[in-house]
Amino acid sequence: MLNQILPLLIFGALLVAVIGAVKRVKLWRNGRPAKVPILAGLAAMPRRYLVDLHHVVARDKYISNTHVATGGGFVLALLLIILVHGLQLNSQFLAWALLAATGSMFVGAVFVAKRRVQPPSRLSKGPWMRLPKSLFAFSLGFFLVTLPATGLIPVEWGGWLVAILLGAVILWGLSEMLLGMTWGGPMKHAFAGALHLAFHRRAERFNGGRSTGLKPLNLDKEHEPLGVNQPSEFTWNQLLGFDACVQCGRCESVCPAFAAGQPLNPKKLIQDMVVGLAGGTDAGYTGSAYPGKTVGEHQGGPFASIIAQEGQGLLDAETLWSCTTCRACVEECPMMIEHVDAIVDMRRHLTLERGATPNKGSEVIDNLIATDNPNGFNPQSRMNWAADLSLPVLSDVKRTDVLLWMGDGAFDMRNQRSLRALVKILRAAKVDFAVLGNEERDSGDVARRLGDEATFQRLAKENVTTLAQYSFRSIVTCDPHSFHVLKNEYGDFGGRYVVYHHTTYINQLRQIGKLHFAPYKGGSVTYHDPCYLGRYNGEYEAPRDLLKAAGITLVDMERSGYRSRCCGGGGGAPITDIPGKQRIPDMRMDDIRSTGAERVAVGCPQCTAMLEGVVEPRPEVLDIAEIIANQLVDEEVTL
Amino acid sequence: MSLNQAPRVAVLLSVGQHPVTRRPRRADQDARALELALNQPNTDVVPIHVGQASSETEVALRSYLGMGVSQIDHLEVSTTREDILPSLAQHLKQLNVQVVLCGTRAETGEGSGLVPYLLAKKLGWPIVSGLASIESIASGSMTFLQALPRGQRRRVKVSLPAVVAVDPASPPARQSAFGPAQRGDIQLVPSTSMDAEITDAESDRQVWQYQVAKKRPKRLKIIKATSARDRFKAAAAKADASGGKVLQEISADSAAEEIIKLLKEEGVLSTNSSS
Repeated sequence: MLNQILPLLIFGALLVAVIGAVKRVKLWRNGRPAKVPILAGLAAMPRRYLVDLHHVVARDKYISNTHVATGGGFVLALLLIILVHGLQLNSQFLAWALLAATGSMFVGAVFVAKRRVQPPSRLSKGPWMRLPKSLFAFSLGFFLVTLPATGLIPVEWGGWLVAILLGAVILWGLSEMLLGMTWGGPMKHAFAGALHLAFHRRAERFNGGRSTGLKPLNLDKEHEPLGVNQPSEFTWNQLLGFDACVQCGRCESVCPAFAAGQPLNPKKLIQDMVVGLAGGTDAGYTGSAYPGKTVGEHQGGPFASIIAQEGQGLLDAETLWSCTTCRACVEECPMMIEHVDAIVDMRRHLTLERGATPNKGSEVIDNLIATDNPNGFNPQSRMNWAADLSLPVLSDVKRTDVLLWMGDGAFDMRNQRSLRALVKILRAAKVDFAVLGNEERDSGDVARRLGDEATFQRLAKENVTTLAQYSFRSIVTCDPHSFHVLKNEYGDFGGRYVVYHHTTYINQLRQIGKLHFAPYKGGSVTYHDPCYLGRYNGEYEAPRDLLKAAGITLVDMERSGYRSRCCGGGGGAPITDIPGKQRIPDMRMDDIRSTGAERVAVGCPQCTAMLEGVVEPRPEVLDIAEIIANQLVDEEVTL
Repeated sequence: MSLNQAPRVAVLLSVGQHPVTRRPRRADQDARALELALNQPNTDVVPIHVGQASSETEVALRSYLGMGVSQIDHLEVSTTREDILPSLAQHLKQLNVQVVLCGTRAETGEGSGLVPYLLAKKLGWPIVSGLASIESIASGSMTFLQALPRGQRRRVKVSLPAVVAVDPASPPARQSAFGPAQRGDIQLVPSTSMDAEITDAESDRQVWQYQVAKKRPKRLKIIKATSARDRFKAAAAKADASGGKVLQEISADSAAEEIIKLLKEEGVLSTNSSS
């Protein structure tokens, strides 16, 4: 009897799922157009899933094995169910294969259920608590209903009661797994996720690539309004990306702003965007809230302002301004969702259209517009720090091997020490280098991350024009923010350069034997990875190599490398200064203290400033250039 | 909409200059004047600039547009030597303006701080300076707070129409946003004044020599205060006028005599210039 109903159930469910899929696709298509290769994307999707995505998922072995068993089992089972029960193909082999697939899915479901017994706070509850039961229903139901086809038990087993029970279980399983996929259940992640991988806005991220530079905004009048005000002003593949979220909360667990009690939770942000693209309130959200905010008070729709000018919108502006753009969430996201892009898109609207950059934001932007540096110093005093160093300036020498990009740290007395150390090292290695001097401008990093794309683009174009007048082989800078912008974001404005962070460059000098170090006598050292050097540019090794080569015992923090925790200084966060329960640099200093190191080596003026801002007693904060400069021995002396 | 319901407030906007880099920008005080006007509910704000059209003017005016006004009337004058007052006064009269808000002193050019006074004189309207915040603009009068030294405020009621100059103590101007700044409209109004006046001051200015303003040397303060309160007061004090006398209820003639006497004492007027 069940055999007659099953094809109906299966194809019925598939049909309803297809209708749901069409409706969902329509929601995504509310977004702005985006240039994506559709067919190439779809063709690349399986590899992106099996290799790139799995590489991220596999950082948690438990869940990656669980997912292989459950997801793999489900995909295989669904194909076989269509053949065996939908089309009623009478094949023992297929039936046995289906048994195996549902069996694998069942085993996976056991582990899903186990994780859900006492779920960590980062996981969403609600419908997600139902998911293991639905997985059981689907796998067990189809396992049992397939048994007769293998010939293990007679075709007409059990009575009509068993048939009804089994039918109900299968209906439950089909509803969750097929209808839920396109009508907004937890399984939506499979449908949206697969397409998101195919049409990802940063296809360069796959196959081991890296894509971290922000995308330029077209500032022409016809592209108004600038930035993203309503969910429908994201590109369609961004909307699709939001929909792919599995609410695993890995982003939440690494977000420095969330840990500091600032009103940001990357997971909630993405879920709010999902609410926005579908319309409704956030009352159905069952994960951790934005710290200090109540769930259920915000609402939105595809064509409603995300940040309401009056009343409650989809989220509050301080949520956006809490982000340090450290990219920890993006690095950790198994669905490869681009949180930072979305946040900057919305910030662009607030700054460029509403003039609503909070706290010191507008002052910093005004300074950048008027003086080309964020603190309003006289641009003609940029070289004052090096008055006694007689550095060669490019406007005099015209050509050089290495252009030393000073960055705005040139105005900061603390960073001037790092710069002096760097100059000492370059001179010791007899490097032919020069600086731009007063012709250098802010790289535009802060302006861009505060959403002021107009000022960023002006600074970028002017810097590119200045650089085009001179001849040099490479740029070396001790500021990872300038490094990132020069290397990854100036290309869109015609500036393509070979750029090195000073740790990479000094390490190269060491490797070719141009630097010699005296034995290190201090205590143990830990190294803090700057976000814009590590996660943004993948440089984790050179600073460590360099420190070890100088004879330093390096103790890594628990959160280091790609999981390094931000110092709190990126993305203009110290400027917008959204209050939380504690300060991000204090938490990072606790990480540093827990290694027992006496010193922390840093490679970024922002990190130096943030970590030195932690009250003493605390480990000493030194730039790697300072540590290395101290260890240098003059070759002539040792001869 | 009757004019009585929505009083028309003109805001005079000049081209500012950043003190360090000399780049054109919105003038700080004029931007504050615009901010006060924009925060006033139910008013019809008319931003006006008088001057020559140039790329610098455009940069500055666009940064005012970025504060959220859709249009600026740009009264064009033909040369830098043309007096801005006749065409400005005529335009204000045509628009039936009740209040003219402006900064106290321009950031470029002469910066004499005389424009509000000369404009008021030309229009025959009262002039009040030191506007810190507007309380209300009703039909026929305007109530506002006037900034006095040491953070003191005085409530002033002035009959309209009037020219009111803002004090640097008024609230800072809002952020200028790029999008509205690019889209806003700079409406060129050709000079309608038949008799464009070429001012003597302007021809004088041709021979002026400009130099960087330096801060005047300050006399060292000897701290006599014995308590924290006194020290704070001394630190927060604006330079007090010393000497002088308060003369009240005297005739206009004797008041004028007193002023001339003081000007002579201070060496502003030479002793033989008046009879």
